[in-house]
Amino acid sequence: MRHSALALLRHALTGNRSWAPSWRDPAPKAAYDTLIVGGGGHGLATAHYLAKNHGITDVAVLEKGWLGGGNVGRNTTIIRSNYLLPGNTPFYEKSMQLWEGLEQDLNYNAMVSQRGVLNLFHSDSQRDAYARRGNAMRLAGVDAELLDAAQVRAMVPGLNLDSQRFPVKGGLLQRRGGTARHDAVAWGFARAADQLGVDLLQNTEVTGIRIERGRVLGVETTRGFIGAKRVGLAVAGNTSRVAAMAGLRLPIESHVLQAFVSEAVKPMIDTVVTYGAGHLYVSQSDKGGLVFGGDIDGYNSYAQRGNLPVVHDVMECAVQLFPSMSRLRYLRQWGGIMDMSMDGSPIIDRTPVDGLFLNCGWCYGGFKATPASGWCFAHTIATGQPHALNAAFRLDRFATGHVIDEKGAGAQANLH
Amino acid sequence: MTRLATGGLIDRMQPRRFTFDGRGYQGYAGDTLASALLANGLRLVGRSFKYHRPRGIWGLGSEEPNALVELRAGGRQEPNTRATTAELFEGLVAHSQNRWPSLRFDVMAVNGLFGPLLSAGFYYKTFMWPSSFWEKVYEPLIRRAAGLGRAATAPDPDRYERMHAHCDVLVVGAGPAGLAAALAAARSGARVILAEEDFALGGRLLADRQEINGAPALDWVAWVLAELQNLPEVTLLPRTTVFGAFDHGTYGAVQRVADHLPEPPPDMPRQRGWTIVAKRVVLAAGAVERPIAFPGNDRPGVMSAAAVRGYIHRYGALPGRHAVVFTAGDDGLRTATALRDAGAEVTVVDPRPEAPAMPGMRVVAGARVVGTRGRLGLSAVQLDSGERIAADVLAVAGGWNPTLHLSAHQGGRPVWDAAQAAFLPGTPPPGMVVAGAAAGRFTLAACLADGAAAGLQAARDAGHDGRPLDLPQAEDEPAGLRALYHVPGRKAFVDFQHDVTVDDIALAAREGFRSVEHAKRYTTLGMATDQGRTANVVGLAILAEATGRGIAETGTTMFRPPYTPVTIGALAGAQTGRDFRPVRRTPLHAWSARHGASFVDSGAWQRAEWYARPGETGWRDSVDREVLQVRRAAGFCDVSTLGKIEVVGPDAAALLDFVYANTMSTLKPGRIRYGIMLREDGFVLDDGTCARLAKDRFFVTTTTANAARVMQHLEYAHQVLRPELDVAILSVTEAWAQIALAGPQARDVLAQVTQADVSNAALPHMACLDAAFVGGLRGRLYRISFSGELAYEIGVPPEAAEALADRLLAAGAVPYGTEALGVLRIEKGHAGGGELNGQTTAGDLGLGRMLSTTKDFIGRALAQRPALVDPARPVLVGLRGAGLRTGAHLLAPGAAAVTENDLGHVTAACWSPNLQQTIGLALLAEGRDRIGTRIRVFDALRGHDGEAEVAAPVFIDPEGTRTRG
Amino acid sequence: MRIPCPFCGERDAAEFLTIGSAPPPRPAADAPMAAWHDYVHLRDNPAGLHAELWQHIHGCRQWLRVMRDTRTHVVAGAEACRR
Repeated sequence: MRHSALALLRHALTGNRSWAPSWRDPAPKAAYDTLIVGGGGHGLATAHYLAKNHGITDVAVLEKGWLGGGNVGRNTTIIRSNYLLPGNTPFYEKSMQLWEGLEQDLNYNAMVSQRGVLNLFHSDSQRDAYARRGNAMRLAGVDAELLDAAQVRAMVPGLNLDSQRFPVKGGLLQRRGGTARHDAVAWGFARAADQLGVDLLQNTEVTGIRIERGRVLGVETTRGFIGAKRVGLAVAGNTSRVAAMAGLRLPIESHVLQAFVSEAVKPMIDTVVTYGAGHLYVSQSDKGGLVFGGDIDGYNSYAQRGNLPVVHDVMECAVQLFPSMSRLRYLRQWGGIMDMSMDGSPIIDRTPVDGLFLNCGWCYGGFKATPASGWCFAHTIATGQPHALNAAFRLDRFATGHVIDEKGAGAQANLH
Repeated sequence: MTRLATGGLIDRMQPRRFTFDGRGYQGYAGDTLASALLANGLRLVGRSFKYHRPRGIWGLGSEEPNALVELRAGGRQEPNTRATTAELFEGLVAHSQNRWPSLRFDVMAVNGLFGPLLSAGFYYKTFMWPSSFWEKVYEPLIRRAAGLGRAATAPDPDRYERMHAHCDVLVVGAGPAGLAAALAAARSGARVILAEEDFALGGRLLADRQEINGAPALDWVAWVLAELQNLPEVTLLPRTTVFGAFDHGTYGAVQRVADHLPEPPPDMPRQRGWTIVAKRVVLAAGAVERPIAFPGNDRPGVMSAAAVRGYIHRYGALPGRHAVVFTAGDDGLRTATALRDAGAEVTVVDPRPEAPAMPGMRVVAGARVVGTRGRLGLSAVQLDSGERIAADVLAVAGGWNPTLHLSAHQGGRPVWDAAQAAFLPGTPPPGMVVAGAAAGRFTLAACLADGAAAGLQAARDAGHDGRPLDLPQAEDEPAGLRALYHVPGRKAFVDFQHDVTVDDIALAAREGFRSVEHAKRYTTLGMATDQGRTANVVGLAILAEATGRGIAETGTTMFRPPYTPVTIGALAGAQTGRDFRPVRRTPLHAWSARHGASFVDSGAWQRAEWYARPGETGWRDSVDREVLQVRRAAGFCDVSTLGKIEVVGPDAAALLDFVYANTMSTLKPGRIRYGIMLREDGFVLDDGTCARLAKDRFFVTTTTANAARVMQHLEYAHQVLRPELDVAILSVTEAWAQIALAGPQARDVLAQVTQADVSNAALPHMACLDAAFVGGLRGRLYRISFSGELAYEIGVPPEAAEALADRLLAAGAVPYGTEALGVLRIEKGHAGGGELNGQTTAGDLGLGRMLSTTKDFIGRALAQRPALVDPARPVLVGLRGAGLRTGAHLLAPGAAAVTENDLGHVTAACWSPNLQQTIGLALLAEGRDRIGTRIRVFDALRGHDGEAEVAAPVFIDPEGTRTRG
Repeated sequence: MRIPCPFCGERDAAEFLTIGSAPPPRPAADAPMAAWHDYVHLRDNPAGLHAELWQHIHGCRQWLRVMRDTRTHVVAGAEACRR
């Protein structure tokens, strides 16, 4: 059933009683051509593009809980492609282009809102670093503008540029960046994949990966063994645990990242703003809540919750940037588990096990990558070869030294 | 007026005037805004989020979903404040919100007509055509209609602070259980903090009329408080909400220090954010009454029954004279009694066929409310029998939800108790016990006993032995309850604020959003500012019904901080504005300021960037003058911000050989060597100098930016990797003021300020010595150069810095700042922040030959990875050309401007007053082979696309004769 | 979060810096490249008890080996790396 204003009206007039489920709730088959482990944004997008781009529809997505229950449902909803390094920029720009057509592609309004992403800078050296990045973006065909303080002031009323500590000197703006309604992204991909024949198996936890003579045969689950020719892992946050079932040890640590939302207020910020003198990114949702994020807590965690020091830090930064926020209240917070890789960039690749593919290491930038990650992972699984866009996201790059280290922080997961 | 003639805990001798939507009213000290509004006969207070339906006051405290107002004005305006928690003060100003043009006539209420169209998830299904319309048309409309109150636009004039406290026992909630717990714990001598979100202590005892030991319960409250106030280890924190349980007994709380005053006195913060570390915690947060979902249950005048009797007893405010009480159990009958005793005409609607008769009122047994009437407030109640009862207040008692939130903040899922129709705490965080109504013990006697036992046990667990309390006598008859969550029909609201109806939840289930988390996200149930405290259990019950599961199987969503919304300012504390982060200033800061310096932030440091002189029209004038002065005569620069580390001990040299890529153990005492450190992954960590002061004593400098990280790195290398080494590492950055003196006349200048022999023989390039200075100062001289000139660094104690600077000035040297320093180093081709960016190898920087091949050192192995020794890597070169700016990218001339053709970027650029042209440093692929050729400089970001000439990275004195002169 | 520093007593985690997993012993100087790659990059990353390195940077500056459960954050113990 296609969604449209007319359909909505028809349902409304009949008391909304005939809406069909958004996706089927099938029983697992004994075997599939391809299994995607992880019913989050990346797994669902992968399934969708496997079916849509490659005609592979004998696919099941295995989700241990509920669809979209991982990081796609616990992030700050930011989309952008303002990357520095050539291994990253074209990939994220592909993602941005997919975002731009996503609603029509999926027939689902993910509320993609290109309201701009503005990275503030506070010193000449930060400006120089952003200039380097902005020019790299331009070379990759990505929009980028360097704003001075006056332009920032005009664009973001309420922003205090003149603080006594770290006044704002300007910003790097990507106008095409913005936000998307995170849950709707998962639901949109799920619904579209389901309609193309993909089985979405919720409450189906993978407990083992069956491998014989170096080749994957399928997975053990809480609902029994499911065979497959190809298995793709898209379980960011838990990648190490799942990959360990295949005997893999990875360049990844799991860390907690907190995010916050304020009580809803009338529109006060129309763009996504990131602070350059502390860890803060903030935007305002369509409902009116200010959505904040900061730095990771810094310690390994699978607990999906963080601690007060980061709460304090984020709120200090928020008030420093927007003094009128001091009288608002924060309403909710949550924590997601991040796959922190050793260079801050993801992995989409084959593995030493034949037929087993890996999509992981998204650090805290996975949400924006969702469509391109699915697009490229589907390509990698379907063809057995990486797409040009994910060619740099190799698992063996740490051995060869071809790291993609945007921050230059080195092999320490919590610095990325 | 509906204020009762007598009764309540208000002070009728202290009237308080206030305005609501511009009209003046009067209440009393002890009122909340909500009780004062009710006492003035106002029922319509707000509008809902989506349909803009008229809303009144539902509850009594922080669970309030409906009565949200904009409180105060100007920079103090705060949106979404619950009228039920706002203490009335003289001159209070409040406005209704989320309505236009007025509360009584809100044009957005037209949304209500489209209710079926705006069902759960409607926005995901539409607004997709035409594609450009979402951002241009639909989204702005939605954003304007959504949101609640308006944030202030002026700066907040109030201040905030954060406080840390440690205690043996933290008691959360000062109702009967909490008071008993606090008393039992405090008598043992334990350090107790009792936190209560209300401004008055007593909990439900303030709202109910109960007896303890045969006397009014409030007498017992007063007696307990009197004792607690006299115990030295007890801290009472009223107006303090414990909002989160964090790891290892850490609790976040927020204290509303001055919100009950017109404005905070100068010595008082508005609010205070607490971090409380408690050995044990008694959670005695009570319980909140839940509604019943029935059509029209959101109309102003429909209220929580427990709140209705609270308004009567605590505030002497009668919410209505014609009352209907719709109760799923005995508890609502207490409200019926209170209403009757206050003079209201009361009808009880009780679904139980066996509902007991009540004196002085009509009881309709076996009946349910199926609808309400009234435009902006309740006028009549519709029963399932068809009967319509005229009423101005409808008190609804749907049962109690224990306030167990803090018990679940660390993942302990609540457990459904079907007998009590309530979720009870599961496994609380370590160190916490839950007592009283929060643990599902609903009679007063049980609360007192439970609290006393929990408080005693908590004190004992924290190491204080006490004796059990003598338990007071109190009512112990549980209120009967027959769970009732909803009544069939449209527009039956579950989440009042977000306008989530029974139909919305059913629709979500129909569409496959059957998981409780899916249903929450799809419908936004429980995501409003009241966080579902009234809505969630009813919503879960409806979802359970719609999916054919039980409530236990349906489960709850995750509980996370904060328990109630917390003021952002209180969490930021005083760390805002000037005090956002500490400032580090060098010993020469004031001196530099007096000599015309302007300052630049460099991490936490503030450094002099140039020293303006009268007549100079711009910063370039100053910087050019300073640079030329250094190249032609002598200048001095405050480099105190460089990291300075002493490495001391018999194995100091061995440790330095391990952390530096080059060798330090061969350095002779009194000599200095330039060194680079790698990370273990083979990339450059930092560079600096290493002076050997004595056989077992080295003085290491780092860049300003990397000082802390290098210190950690050295300590890591020692303590973790080479613990067998006998060495001590000490940061001495603050112990020395360090001044670089550079220029052809540097030696002459130096000779005027020191008694030491500074001849080339006594102090050659890369040598150091202890020195005495004019005026009796002691310090050190290091002959090292960053500028490429004859140069020294002078280290003196911080208190001597100004005297030294004065003497250098008098001797003919001029001060120069970081900008000139930058120009000098670019002219000399020294690596700086743009090149030491964590992405470069020693080879990239032209320092590959420094990597020792004869010893192990950190980073040695992985620096040999193929990609790190790839000859195609960009390497450090110089550039000359107009328009060069840092951050431009480099392309082969004629090559298309695409990522594939990107050859590198400009890492630093400046105007060289010596060369009279713009020069730069760059990391350029095959850079050494390109020296002498032209390169395209791509700077589209700043509208420049030009060419430059590739040069060797050293522009000035490549042979180094000046340095050695 | 609280970290039990063996020198300073239990202190708030904000006083510490952590770099994550405690690495295995550093390979010998002549170890093959693969050993170095594993040492620097690969992590066990368990959901459960985890050996990790914390430095008490705002205290005694000692590097500590802390045993902590990554599911519950419960700390089983901490000891100095250099004793």
